[in-house]
Amino acid sequence: MEFGFTTAAYVVAAVLFILSLGGLSNQESAKRAVWYGIVGMALAVFATLVGPGSGLWLLSLLLIIGGGLIGQYVAQRVQMTEMPQLVAAMHSLVGLAAVFVGYNAHFEIKNVAEVFAVVDAAKDADLSELGAFAKLIAKKTSAELAILHVELFLGIFIGAITFTGSVVAYGKLAGKVSSAATKLPGGHALNAAAAGLSLICLIWYFSTGGFFPLFLMTLAALFIGYHLIMGIGGADMPVVVSMLNSYSGWAAAAIGFSLGNDLLIVVGALVGSSGAILSYIMCKAMNRHFVSVILGGFGGPQGEQMAVEGEQVAIDAEGVAAALNDADSIIIVPGYGMAVAQAQQSVSELVRKLRAKGKNVRFAIHPVAGRLPGHMNVLLAEAKVPYDIVLEMDEINDDFPDTDVVIVIGSNDIVNPAAQEDPNSPIAGMPVLEVWKAKQVIVSKRGQGTGYSGIENPLFYKENTRMFYGDAKQSLDKLLPLID
Amino acid sequence: MKIGTPKEILKGENRVAMTPESAVQLQKLGYDCAIEKGAGAAAGFSDEAYEAVGVEIVKTAAALWKTADIITKVRVPTETELKRLTKGKTLISFFNPAGNEEGMELAKEKGANVIAMEMVPRISRAQKMDALSSMANIAGYRAVIEAGNNFGRFFTGQVTAAGKVPPAKVLVVGAGVAGLAAIGTAVSLGAVVYAFDVRPEVAEQVESMGAEFVYLDFQDDQDGAETGGYAKPSSPEFREAQLAKFRELAPEMDIVITTALIPNREAPELWTEDMVQSMKRGSVIVDLAAEKGGNCKLTVPDEKIVTDNGVTIIGYTDFPSRMATQASMLYATNIRHMISDLTPNKDGQIVHDMEDDVIRGATVVYQGEITFPPPPPKVQAIAAKPKAEVKELTPEEKRAQEIAAFKAQTKQQVTLLGVGGALMLLVGLVAPASFMQHFIVFVLAVFVGFQVIWNVSHSLHTPLMAITNAISSIIIVGALMQIGSGSFLVILLAALSIFMAGINIFGGFLVTRRMLAMFQKS
Repeated sequence: MEFGFTTAAYVVAAVLFILSLGGLSNQESAKRAVWYGIVGMALAVFATLVGPGSGLWLLSLLLIIGGGLIGQYVAQRVQMTEMPQLVAAMHSLVGLAAVFVGYNAHFEIKNVAEVFAVVDAAKDADLSELGAFAKLIAKKTSAELAILHVELFLGIFIGAITFTGSVVAYGKLAGKVSSAATKLPGGHALNAAAAGLSLICLIWYFSTGGFFPLFLMTLAALFIGYHLIMGIGGADMPVVVSMLNSYSGWAAAAIGFSLGNDLLIVVGALVGSSGAILSYIMCKAMNRHFVSVILGGFGGPQGEQMAVEGEQVAIDAEGVAAALNDADSIIIVPGYGMAVAQAQQSVSELVRKLRAKGKNVRFAIHPVAGRLPGHMNVLLAEAKVPYDIVLEMDEINDDFPDTDVVIVIGSNDIVNPAAQEDPNSPIAGMPVLEVWKAKQVIVSKRGQGTGYSGIENPLFYKENTRMFYGDAKQSLDKLLPLID
Repeated sequence: MKIGTPKEILKGENRVAMTPESAVQLQKLGYDCAIEKGAGAAAGFSDEAYEAVGVEIVKTAAALWKTADIITKVRVPTETELKRLTKGKTLISFFNPAGNEEGMELAKEKGANVIAMEMVPRISRAQKMDALSSMANIAGYRAVIEAGNNFGRFFTGQVTAAGKVPPAKVLVVGAGVAGLAAIGTAVSLGAVVYAFDVRPEVAEQVESMGAEFVYLDFQDDQDGAETGGYAKPSSPEFREAQLAKFRELAPEMDIVITTALIPNREAPELWTEDMVQSMKRGSVIVDLAAEKGGNCKLTVPDEKIVTDNGVTIIGYTDFPSRMATQASMLYATNIRHMISDLTPNKDGQIVHDMEDDVIRGATVVYQGEITFPPPPPKVQAIAAKPKAEVKELTPEEKRAQEIAAFKAQTKQQVTLLGVGGALMLLVGLVAPASFMQHFIVFVLAVFVGFQVIWNVSHSLHTPLMAITNAISSIIIVGALMQIGSGSFLVILLAALSIFMAGINIFGGFLVTRRMLAMFQKS
C-alpha cells in the first residue's frame, strides 16, 4: 500500500504545481499560487522520503535543511536588479543535479548487473541493500534497459549544457564575464563537432553501456553549453535565460523517464514548456528567429541603412522639469539602463510627485526590456510603483499620440523608429514602442553612443526629442526638487 | 545684450511686446530688459510691475531705440522707427514683408537684422513662437464675444417660465486657428454651431470641438489643403457648390463668422450680398478677413454697419488689441520663445543661426541683405497628408478571408497532428509498454504546460521563472530515491544533488514570494 500512497501524493503534488503556474495569470492570485507550489513540493519530498526513498532519511533531511538555509539567505539578500543573475545561478544548480542523478542511475545499473552476475537466478537475488531505485531496475527487461540508457544519456547531456550555459550566463549578467559575444576560433563548427561527438558517444554507450562514452559526452556537452552562451551578447540574455529555464525542465523530464518517476516527468514537462514559451515570446518581441538568437549576433544588414539627419538636441534638468510641470499625460519607458543605474527608486519618487499633482503617469514596458522576461515589472514593483499603471506594449502603443511627454530611461532599441521606417535596418519589423508620436520625448541616456545592437537610433534626432545626458539616477535626482 | 520694447505708435493698438512675466524669462536667458515709459499701460501692465521684476524704464522712444540691442514690438514699424535702427541691431516684430518693400530696403540700408513674426514657418517645433496662431486664437474668441454683444438673444436654448428660447445658430466659415477658437467659444456658450472648410481633413477637428461639419455635394476631390496648413484657391465649380450651400444655410443662421484667408491674396468672397439679404433681422456677421477686403463685400474695415434688413456686419481688424492683456501675454511669450531659440547658450548673446529652418524662415533682413522670401522649409508642414485610403472590404470578401484563414489553420493543425501521430506510432512500435505509459504522461504534461503558461501575465514573467526554477528542483525526488544505495559514490553524488536542490527549492520559492509581495495596486 506504501507505493499507492506515494503515487497519490505525486498526483496531488502535480495538480498543485499546475495550479501554481496557472495562478500567475494575475498579481493577486499569484500570491496564493506560490503556496500551492510550496505545499506541492513539500508533499512530493515527504512522500518520497517515506515511500521509495527509504534509507538515510536523516542525512537527506539535514542536507535539505542545510541547502534551505543557504537558499533562504540568498533569497532575502538578493537585490532586485540582480534577479537575472540569481535565476541563471539557480538553473546551473538544477543542471548539475540532473547530471549527478543521471550518473547515479548509470552506476546503479552497473551495480544491479553485478549482483545479477554473482547470484545466478535473478529472483533469488538479495537487492535490499541496493536501495529502492535498484529494485526498480532489477524488474526491467533488456529492451527497457536500452531505453533507460538513452534516457539517462539525454538527461545528462541536457543537464550538462544547462550547467555550463547557466554559469556563463550568470557571469555575463553579473558582469564577471564580458557581455560581448565572443567565440573561439572555429565558431559554430566547434559546437557542431561537439554535438557530433555526443551522438557518436550515444551509439557507443547504447551498444556497450560503458562509463567512458558517458563521460566523454558529458565533457562535450559542458563545452557546448559554455561556448554557445559565450557567443550570445548581453541584450539577448532574456532569450538565453528562458531557454536555459526550458532546458532545466527537459533535463528533469529526461531523468524522470530514466527513473520511471511520473512526477519528475510532469514537472519537467511543465517547466520545459514554460521556458520554451517564454523564449518564443522574447524572440517574437525582437522579431528574430530563435535559431539566429542562439547562434548569436545579428545577421549583416540587408542593404544600405537610411542615413539619419539632424542633430541631437540636449536639454537640462530645468527644461525637463518645465516640460513635466506643463504636461498632463506622461509615459515613462524604462530599459536596462534604469536597472544598471539603480534608478528605480528615483523614478518611483518622480512618479509619486507627478501623480500627486493629478497628472496621468503610466509606464510602458517592452517585452524584452531588461535582461530577464518581466525584469522591469519586478524592479518597478520593488520601488512601490503600483502595477496597474505599468502597461504592456500592446496596451499602450496607441496612446502615444495623445501623450504630452514621454521619458525614455535607459532604453534604446525598443524605441527605435528605424524598426518601422527603414526596411534595411537590422531590427526592421521588430515591434517597438512608438514614443516618437508623442508631443515631446525626453531621452535620459549616458552619452551619445548607440545601443547594444550598434544601430543608430533616429529617435534621438527627431524634432520633438530632447536628450537628457547623464547617469539616469543622478539626472533624476537633479530633476526631483525642480518638480513643484 | 539689452532687449527693449517701445510703446506702440499706431492709434488704437493696445498690445505690448514684453510683459513682466516674459521679462523674467528673458532675464533668465542672460539679457537685460528695458521698456518705454507707459508702454504696457494700455494692456494693463503698469510701469511699477515692470520695475518690480528689474526692467529698466526708459523715458522716451528715441532713448530706448538707442540703448537696446534687440527691439521687440508688435505692429509693423513706421519709417521713423526704422530710421532709428543702427548696424547690428535686431528687430523682432510683425513686418508684413510681402507688402513692405520700402521697410526692408530701409532696414537693409541701416544694416540691421529683422525677424518678422508672421514668417515663422508653420512646423511643429515652431508652434511656440507662432504669433499668427496665438493672435488668430484671440481673434476667434473675440469674434464670438463681439457677435454676442450685437446679437439680441441668448446663445443657448432655454425653456423658462416666460417662454421657450431656441438656441442661436452659428456658422463658422474657415476652420483655421481663428475658426476653431470661434467654434469652441460659441459651443461653450451653448449655440448650435456649424462649420465649413475647403480642407475636408479638418472635419475631424471641427467635430471634436463640438460643431457640425458642413459637407458639400461635390464629387471632385474636395481637398483644398496646401503645405503650410493654409487653404489654396479653389476651382470655379467648387466655389459654385460652396456658395449654393451657403445660400441654403443663410436664412437659418443667426450669427456668421467668416475667417477664410489665403496667403498673399485678397480674401475670397464667400458671403454674397443676396445671402445677407436673406438673413433674418437681428442677425450678425463678423468678418475676420476684413483687413484683406473681407469675405463679405458689404464689410467696411474697422467699422460696424447695419444693413437695411437689420443685419449687423462687424469689420473690426483689431480683435487682438481689444483683448490687449491676453494678447500681450501670448505675443510676449511667442517673442520670448523666439529669443530663447536665438540664444542657444543662455548667455545673453544672440546667435543668429541662418542654418536653422525656423530662424532662417522668419529672418527677412540679415547683415545688409534682404533674405525674403525664404527657401521652402526642409521639414514638412503641420498639415498631414490625407491618409492613404484603406480599401473597405465587403462583408463577402471578409467572410471569404476568414474562411481561408480558418482553412489554412485547420490544415496546419491537421498536418501537425498527423506528423506527430505518425511519430508516436513509430516510437510505440519500438519502445516497450512501460516507456509508453510514461510517454503519455509526458506529452499530456507538455500540453497542460503550454495551455497554462500562455495565460501568465507578462509582468509576472520574472516570478514565473523563479517559481519554475524552484519547481524544477523536483529532481530532488530522484536523488532521494538513489541515496539509499550501497555504493559510496552514488550516495555522495545523490547527497550533493539533494543539497543543491534544497538551495534551489527554498531560494526559488522565497524569492518568488518576495517579488510577488512587492506588486501593489494603486
